[in-house]
Amino acid sequence: MNGFIYTITKPIFFYLITLLGLLSGLPVLANSHNPDKEFNSSELIFHHIKDSHEWHFASVGQVHYSIPLPIILWASDRGFACFSSARFHESATHTYHGYQISHEHISRTDGQKVYDFSITKNVASMFISVIILFGVFFTVAARYKGGPKRPSGIQSVFEPIIIFIRDEIAKPNIGPKYKRYLPYLLTVFFFIWFNNMLGLLPGGANLTGNIAVTMVLAVLTFLITTFSANKDYWKHIYNTPGVPWWLKFPLPLMPLVEFIGMFTKPLSLMIRLFANITAGHIIILSLISLTFIFKSHVIGVAASIFVVAMSFLEILVALIQAYVFTLLTSLYFGGAVAEHEHEHEHTHEAEDNIGHVKAH
Amino acid sequence: MQAAEAANPGYAAMGAGIGAGLVAIGTGLGIGRIGGSAAESIARQPEASGKIMGAVILTAAFIEGVALFGVVVCFIIGTK
Repeated sequence: MNGFIYTITKPIFFYLITLLGLLSGLPVLANSHNPDKEFNSSELIFHHIKDSHEWHFASVGQVHYSIPLPIILWASDRGFACFSSARFHESATHTYHGYQISHEHISRTDGQKVYDFSITKNVASMFISVIILFGVFFTVAARYKGGPKRPSGIQSVFEPIIIFIRDEIAKPNIGPKYKRYLPYLLTVFFFIWFNNMLGLLPGGANLTGNIAVTMVLAVLTFLITTFSANKDYWKHIYNTPGVPWWLKFPLPLMPLVEFIGMFTKPLSLMIRLFANITAGHIIILSLISLTFIFKSHVIGVAASIFVVAMSFLEILVALIQAYVFTLLTSLYFGGAVAEHEHEHEHTHEAEDNIGHVKAH
Repeated sequence: MQAAEAANPGYAAMGAGIGAGLVAIGTGLGIGRIGGSAAESIARQPEASGKIMGAVILTAAFIEGVALFGVVVCFIIGTK
């Protein structure tokens, strides 16, 4: 009997993945809530990409399965207001206590300025992913207490990745001072990777496809680059060696170009991540919408196969975009701390214990 | 001027479509060249394939970044 139960429950991962695959059909319920209204694919796509004040999973008929999220507002004459977003749907005009919501934008009914600090879907998704990140990495870090041990469990998944980032991304691009920047590089890599993957799950939020989030990551990279830059870096921008004097002196063209280049690098980081993730989501949602536009079963089968293929590609893109963001960040850091004329010899002993197990 | 604007509402969408197509052509050509020379170099020297793959992914990401600038612009003008 025990053996029977064991063989039934052994392929637990298979069951979980099958469940995940079935749940991926949630967008299929996309149009069932308004059968008399014409299917509007751009409305479906924008609804799934944009942030919103409630976490909407599916709508079947007139029943909406969604989690209302807290709304936190501040107005200069009224102070803070905090309530659930479900309050807005209790009135037909979507107003509550003088605030109204229209297409996820909150305003006052008397037109005064109100600041929206709500926990929206993206913020809630970020909290969830932060909890997952803390859980995973504090577990991995705790395995180093009392000296390095033989790796096992979740440590054996993440340690090779951490070593890869240290040895292939941080060390070659930053040089001997890589240790100062390694925490930020590791954080950025895993934050982007985990959030990209969580956005692909059914009912996931499009966090890294939110340009405000990618802007913050790019601004952090920019600040760290600027504040850790040494004299050589500024010399390269304002007095580039090897450039003829007439590009610098009466009209400082070269310094201007380099100055703008200082800002376009983080800007491209921001747009690259935002556009890749959002475009991926748009492609998958457009393929799903094809079925509803043509209202045909054959198209449905063909489109679903394409959706599966695109989803696999998006899983790859999630990893690649995290890798590229981290790689380019490390290149910018390396450019900021690079020393040219003075070559130190760096010692070769490994000062960190990652990946080295002491022989007993 | 205003009459023209009212009578021709579709030009923005057409421009967006043509723009996105051109962006796709440019990206396809660029990344195709990278892939071609990468395959060639790996054939010449298989031991260097790790470094070559690293360079391929980095350069492809740069080009895709530029392509997505174009896509974002087309998206904005197409749906505005």
